[in-house]
Amino acid sequence: MSGAAQTLGIRSASLRSKDRRLAALRHLGLRAAAIVYLGAMVAVPIAAIVTKGFGDGLGSFRTALAVPSAGAAIRLTLITAAIATGINAAMGTLIAWVLVRSRFPGRRVLSAMVDLPMAIPTLVTGLMLLTLYGPNSPIGRALEGVGLQVAFTVIGVLLALCVVTLPLVVRQVQPVLLELDPAEEEAAATLGAGAWLSFRKVVLPAIRPAIVGGSLLTFARCIGEFGSVVLISGNRAGETLTAPVFIFQLTNQFRPAEAASIATLMFAISFALVLVTSRLIVRRTDA
Amino acid sequence: MTVVAPARERDARRGGAGLGRGVLAAIAIAYVAILLLLPLIGIVWRAFQPGMSIVGETLSRPEVRHAFLLTGIITATTIVVTTAFGLVVAWVLVRQRFWGRALVNAVVDLPFALSPVTVGLAAVLLFGTGGWFADFLAARGIQVLFALPSMMLVTIFICIPFTIRELVPVLEEFGLEEEDAARTLGASIWQTFRHVTVPNIRWALLYGIALTTARSIGEIGAVLIVSGTIAGLTETATIYIFTALEERLVARAHVVALILALTSICVLVTIEWLHRRTEEARSNA
Repeated sequence: MSGAAQTLGIRSASLRSKDRRLAALRHLGLRAAAIVYLGAMVAVPIAAIVTKGFGDGLGSFRTALAVPSAGAAIRLTLITAAIATGINAAMGTLIAWVLVRSRFPGRRVLSAMVDLPMAIPTLVTGLMLLTLYGPNSPIGRALEGVGLQVAFTVIGVLLALCVVTLPLVVRQVQPVLLELDPAEEEAAATLGAGAWLSFRKVVLPAIRPAIVGGSLLTFARCIGEFGSVVLISGNRAGETLTAPVFIFQLTNQFRPAEAASIATLMFAISFALVLVTSRLIVRRTDA
Repeated sequence: MTVVAPARERDARRGGAGLGRGVLAAIAIAYVAILLLLPLIGIVWRAFQPGMSIVGETLSRPEVRHAFLLTGIITATTIVVTTAFGLVVAWVLVRQRFWGRALVNAVVDLPFALSPVTVGLAAVLLFGTGGWFADFLAARGIQVLFALPSMMLVTIFICIPFTIRELVPVLEEFGLEEEDAARTLGASIWQTFRHVTVPNIRWALLYGIALTTARSIGEIGAVLIVSGTIAGLTETATIYIFTALEERLVARAHVVALILALTSICVLVTIEWLHRRTEEARSNA
């Protein structure tokens, strides 16, 4: 009797250990699949770019900047990306606040419009802007009459960047605002704080990490943006040629080494930025 | 009296706040209108300006049909690959603790830090003349660059983060308990996955797929570089728009652009609508 129970116990134990071994194998298999997938699909291509870009060590960055109009292209990209990020950090926060705190007709339409840039192909965005603000449209001609040329200028580049990155800050800030208790703001107002003061002292500290995170995504996206910019910028070297479009042109002219060194430089900038800012956010939320 | 005065004062202040809010809402609406609404109206107006016949005329052209077919094939492949492997990666990231997990987690986000143009360049460096895999592929007669395989690969690369980033938080939220319970009750791994895990993560998965669809339909920078833009052979719908504009076939470009935009918008709107419906059904139950 007790012997039978013992064998049964032993058998189930061995079965369980076999089960466990199988489960462990399955876990290992899935982990291996995940690592191989990401390694082959993401790490290898990036390694190809970076090894080519670093071909002659740090000297290759000097070579990259020595490519005629490379310096101007990189400068234009960084400056326009910074301005577009600033605009959308402010406007994105404003839109998120309006969507959460105000009730007005058309609020849902506004909310849906904000998501549109995630759906519309970037090239179509560029074409849309060119169609509306370009020289063939009455609006474009009217603006030109006032001395404001949008198409084929830096303003066009900025406009395109602002459109494609519109959802990023809004969608980071909105959920945080939703969770924020309006009672705190009301308390500030009761204590005599004006709307602006209570926003600055109560709301802003809570949503700052979200704004920074969204701005970071915006900047990284701006640095690499191609589809929406290529049509409206006019791509004049030294004036409106951005770094991604320049990389595209160099690759098409069979100059992959120069293209890779500029691409690595841009990748290094956006990667360092991601790293630094994510550290900043972590530290602030820890404190 | 002393009680009434502050009340009136509060009302006045609220009225002022209402005005302030109205102004802020107006600024938000104006900004979005200038950036999106007006350009959207502009392109619809332009697409139909030559008359409705231009739509049929454009869609009857074999190169346009081939471009849409190619976009469809690339999008379908990208969805299958990124969803299957995205599930595996998300599951491993949430359910397993192992050395190098933080690195894997970081690698998932790398495609966000890379310009699509750079992704295309990477494919050229890997598969082009003198590239890492060039000799291997040439010896076997496999054409990757300037052909469909490289166009699929770059699109997959760009779309990798979407499904994973949607799945990870949901998987974290649901925890292990339900899956463990199902396993204890004798369900197989596959049954547990189908009947416990998938229903929990369904909406996140669908939303990830929707974002992937929209992105792969609209991808231009990377595919433009690796395709070699061979008309009627490696032209996707977005590349068709690009080349049509260069050839001054503006009307056709507008029609194809409008169809692409409408398709992506429909995909996203459908998913969000389905999502809201089930949320409502759940809260009513």
